[in-house]
Amino acid sequence: MSAVMPELLTSTHVEKMKKKKPPKRYWEETENTDQSQRRPEEEEGKAGQNQNESTVKERPLKRKNDERLEKKDPFPGEAPIPHKQLQKFQRGEKCKVPAGARRRLKEAITSSEAMSEHAQKQAARYDLLLPEDAGFLEGDEDEDTNTISQDDIADAVDITSGSKYFSLHLSQFGPYRLDYSRTGRHLLVGGKKGHVACIDWQTKDLMCEMNVMETVNDVKWLHTEAMFAVAQKRWLYIYDSKGVELHCVKKFNDVLRMQFLPYHFLLATASATGFLQYLDVSVGKEVAAICTKMGRLDVMAQNPHNAVIHLGHPNGTISLWSPNQKEPLVKMLCHRGAVRSLTVDKTGTYMVTSGLDRKLKVYDIRAFKPLHSCFLPAGASCLSLSQRGLLSAATGDIVQVYQNILGSSPVSKPYMAHRLRGQIWGLAYCPFEDVLGIGHGEGFTSMIVPGAGEPNFDALDTNPFRSYEQRQEWEVKALLEKVQPELIGLHPEQLSKVDQASFEQRHKEQVEALGFDPLAKVKFKPKTKKKGRSSAGAIEKRKRKVAHEDQRDEIRQSVQERTEREKELKEKSNEKKLGNKSTLDRFRK
Amino acid sequence: MAADEEELSINEQAISASEDEEGSDDERKHKKLLEAISSMGSRKRKKQNERSEASVQVSEFFVNAEGTGEKVNLSDLLGTVEKTSGASNKTKKQLRNLQSSKETLELPLNKQQTEKIQRGIAYEKTAAEVSCWRNIILQNQKAEQMVFPLNQESPGPKRVEQVVAGWKVQTPLEQEIFRLLHINSQPVDDPVLTPVEEQSLKAMSLEEAKIRRAELQKARALQSYYEAKAKREKKIKSKKYHKVQRKAKCKDFLKQFDEMVKTNPEGALEELKKMELSRMEERMSLKHQNSGKWAKSKAIMAKYDDSARKAMQEQLQMNKDLTQKIVVPSDDEHESNEEGLETIPDFVNDSEPVIDSVNPWMRGQLTHEEPEVSCVTTEDVQTAEEENEEEELVGEFERKRKLRQADEEDLIPTEEEQPASEVVEEDVVEVSDKEEEDDDDDDEEEEEEDVSEFNTLFRLMRSEKTLEEDEEGLLNEGQIRVRNIEDLEVLGEFVDPQPIAEPSLPRTAAVEATSEPPYKKKREIDLKEVLTKEAKAVKVPFLPTVVDEEERDEQISIIKEAFAGDDVISDFIKDKSKLEAAGRPEVVDLTLPGWGEWGGVGLKPSRWKRKRFRIKTAPPPPRQDQKLPDVIISENRNASVASHQVSQLPFPFQNTAQFESSIRTPIGPTWNTQSVVKNMTKPKVITKMGAIIEPMVKEDFIKNKTTTPGGKGPAIMLGENKRAKEGTKRSSEKHRGRRSQKRRK
Repeated sequence: MSAVMPELLTSTHVEKMKKKKPPKRYWEETENTDQSQRRPEEEEGKAGQNQNESTVKERPLKRKNDERLEKKDPFPGEAPIPHKQLQKFQRGEKCKVPAGARRRLKEAITSSEAMSEHAQKQAARYDLLLPEDAGFLEGDEDEDTNTISQDDIADAVDITSGSKYFSLHLSQFGPYRLDYSRTGRHLLVGGKKGHVACIDWQTKDLMCEMNVMETVNDVKWLHTEAMFAVAQKRWLYIYDSKGVELHCVKKFNDVLRMQFLPYHFLLATASATGFLQYLDVSVGKEVAAICTKMGRLDVMAQNPHNAVIHLGHPNGTISLWSPNQKEPLVKMLCHRGAVRSLTVDKTGTYMVTSGLDRKLKVYDIRAFKPLHSCFLPAGASCLSLSQRGLLSAATGDIVQVYQNILGSSPVSKPYMAHRLRGQIWGLAYCPFEDVLGIGHGEGFTSMIVPGAGEPNFDALDTNPFRSYEQRQEWEVKALLEKVQPELIGLHPEQLSKVDQASFEQRHKEQVEALGFDPLAKVKFKPKTKKKGRSSAGAIEKRKRKVAHEDQRDEIRQSVQERTEREKELKEKSNEKKLGNKSTLDRFRK
Repeated sequence: MAADEEELSINEQAISASEDEEGSDDERKHKKLLEAISSMGSRKRKKQNERSEASVQVSEFFVNAEGTGEKVNLSDLLGTVEKTSGASNKTKKQLRNLQSSKETLELPLNKQQTEKIQRGIAYEKTAAEVSCWRNIILQNQKAEQMVFPLNQESPGPKRVEQVVAGWKVQTPLEQEIFRLLHINSQPVDDPVLTPVEEQSLKAMSLEEAKIRRAELQKARALQSYYEAKAKREKKIKSKKYHKVQRKAKCKDFLKQFDEMVKTNPEGALEELKKMELSRMEERMSLKHQNSGKWAKSKAIMAKYDDSARKAMQEQLQMNKDLTQKIVVPSDDEHESNEEGLETIPDFVNDSEPVIDSVNPWMRGQLTHEEPEVSCVTTEDVQTAEEENEEEELVGEFERKRKLRQADEEDLIPTEEEQPASEVVEEDVVEVSDKEEEDDDDDDEEEEEEDVSEFNTLFRLMRSEKTLEEDEEGLLNEGQIRVRNIEDLEVLGEFVDPQPIAEPSLPRTAAVEATSEPPYKKKREIDLKEVLTKEAKAVKVPFLPTVVDEEERDEQISIIKEAFAGDDVISDFIKDKSKLEAAGRPEVVDLTLPGWGEWGGVGLKPSRWKRKRFRIKTAPPPPRQDQKLPDVIISENRNASVASHQVSQLPFPFQNTAQFESSIRTPIGPTWNTQSVVKNMTKPKVITKMGAIIEPMVKEDFIKNKTTTPGGKGPAIMLGENKRAKEGTKRSSEKHRGRRSQKRRK
């Protein structure tokens, strides 16, 4: 039986398979021919033994083929990222694993470090997708750029850019305030004598125009170009883009200036009565009303970095406010005269102020230290900083634009200047455009300022080219990501820090916030019982039973402790005594 | 059944055995037979019960040996071993040793102890068994993401070899087929093509691909054209257009119908049926019954208005037409239908204009468009003018610039150079401007006087407290006339105000100030430095010509109000010192006068007592604005943020710095790329919907030991399958081999 088996086995398909030639590969043409040339001799004699040999031989051949297929990569690995870009996206400092750390700690730190490094690298890699750069005006030799007129610039640039220099002659309704929407597409102008209009200024499409028949103090777009707020003589009104009055907010009266905090959906208003009020436009609720006790508030700016509101006062001080505190976060003495205007840089690093003392001062608002100051002959009534850090100052009927003013050294002459026909009332740079909007007594002028706007926009945040549906989608997302007003403070990074206040302090704050002490003991209230057992005396007795319970507990505990201690001492002394005792000691007296 | 068979077989065996040994058993059989016969004949006898007496020696309860009471020795039992030659010497020796040793065996351990030992051993065993899970558990704990069920096969299409790998030859038919295949040396499951080859095969040849692409492109383009066309046509609001369109369609349809009647009568019948259906619908609905809102209003109008009456009648006619039964499909009917359809829009359109002419308010168009047009025209004129201006300006531009550089007074000439139409206006403005300027200058003078008043007051206040040197800078600035009329006119040479300011310092005040005791000296110096820092003057190309008088007045009044005879700096200093004082901890005085000593009017508690009972709390940390003289920073804690902060250090971290650094990278899409966000926010556990998650089996992780715990290993799975498959094949071969053997047999 056993002799028959091998023969049979050879006939099974497994064996066949092994015998079978490996399938022909298209790249093996040459090799195979070699093999076939070599093979016949070997195969003729001993087929059975050949199997193993051939397989052994084939393997190295295959490997060779693979090597030949893989060309050597001249640039192995990922493309290196420039150090500068990496540094741009560095967040905080790396944390090293301390020596002798436990396993879990090690894992936690290493994984989080790896993750943040990965994120940083990816962000740096994608930074290459922001290729746009800003250009500036350059004069010929011994030619000041500030002598180049707007007409010249408009002639020199392309037609589309040239069309951005225009003016609206609106001499009837007095000096104009203005505001650009966050995407920079829409312009809102409000004349002192009640004329309000919103325009898609690039296409020059008029969205709405009306006269509110009242003094208009300020105008402001809300989160989208579908709504805007107008501070009128008495109350604050909210209109939609077609000019339909949506709300008349009577809680906000005598508003002089407004600021909109886009990520918090808060409209901050400063009134003539000295009130700083916050209106949550997403729910229509007044978040905070703070009496500043500083008199008329007609100078206002926001810090885009931390959503803190800056107010300028007639006594030369500037105060910083958040809706969470009834007193100013910071109060700075900046000018000897009243503060006329102020503005804060996009990154929240610099603040520029101008006062009645005709000085223009640049502050490092993080350290609250003045960097430099310069003297303007007529003083600046309006200030505005562009996204790229160009400062425009309005002196009377002239707008001056300064370059590099945020550096440490003061500037000696303006970068550009432009004369207008009336007193300037409002200044604002158009986001993502090289355009400065000027509201003045004779209407509105849009002026070209090369290098003012940020050339790269974040399409998910503020997309100048967004469609109606994109705007709707953005609105929903923005509402979902709305930052609560409680998070406004001088240091927004505080949220990522561990709160190291003591328990007592936290408890105190909790009590303040709640209005009662959640940990306080409830006062004993005796039940009312029937059948005459709730007489005054009985109640008093029952009260007596539980009176001073905690005090009693304390006493009981202390007594117990003391007895225990005594007991221990006694035992110890006993032991000591026992050490010397003899058996006969018991008979001692 | 099986048992019966066995019995049978046994019997057979027995029979066969008997057949083998016939001769020897003969007698015994005979005996048996005899016995059987005898027993058959007689009745069953009763068994006799025999009674036997118990022997003396045999106990009722136990068996007694012969030598009762004697001890059995080992030698008694093993004596025979000694004698037998078969037993080895070694065992003998051992037995002898045993015999000689006198020691007794130890008592067996009691139950508790044995159990304890057993438990210990069992514990060790099970611990060893269970400890093989430890690694996998640790791994799973560490894993960033777990996917359940663990051994998931990768989704998506599989290669044929993979599918075949799991398949076994089961039925004889299959086996047969396979054998045939083998005989003809056909490949069964060895991959004929590598994946690379497959891909290359999949990829079409270039030309083919090009042709295909072109086709697709063409199709897409056609589709898009068609879509665009349809969209365009849909958007057209002209009723006339649609009417024409509809007519054309109807004509087309009629033509088709005629042809259909000839060529395809069945199709024509179907069309007829459709028509019938539409008729039924018309009959059912209230359309064209003159019962709608519009019809009612028309009915009222019909009395006076001819057209309205006509419209109503048309409607009714249409209804009639539509509800008329179609006896013979003819062209006329269609036409009448068409006419009916046509009439609606026309009449709808026509009815309104009559009203329009009477009442302009009812017009749909907005009336204010006309003025706009006029506006545009004026603007055009203006722009034209401006263009002219521009041309002129461009021509003169270079000269102007030179002029400006040479002399900054050239503002007026440039304005004069402007075209005549504007010049007139400009002149007016100029005049007014000048007037304004004059006024303004007066105002400024007044203002400056006011300021100087403030300053004198301020100086008096200050001189009591401070050193004069610090003050000088502060005070003098107010007195500087920054610019007067002459300055305005002569702009070219601008002089820094500060140098002028310094000589005008009042020295007398300084002398007075020195006599006074210095107070808060340091801070004053700082403040002065801060506020009177060198300000660089800026050159401006033009000068403001228009100054809003009202605004100035307003501001001045406000300033007057605000200052109210006081100065800013001292106020600020006061404020700050007040706050600082409030921040300092209070000293608690617990002294009891008259306790332990004499008390009464005029008697103070002793110094010792005061020292002893006045409790000072630790000073608070230094204020943030300690080194900033012109800044007050609120020391209040921001409690509102605190409620959102982490208040306790989470577990693995040992200090806050570690934890803070671990959460320093934001995870939102605003700050990160999409892939990073996905990676950072991936869930810890993923379960497949509807799949049963079974407890882990030992085989799972033993297999996967080489791979990741995530359970990603199709390649290895495949290998295993292959191995398994080979094994099965071998076994099947064996089976087959046996069977074939049998068959051969």
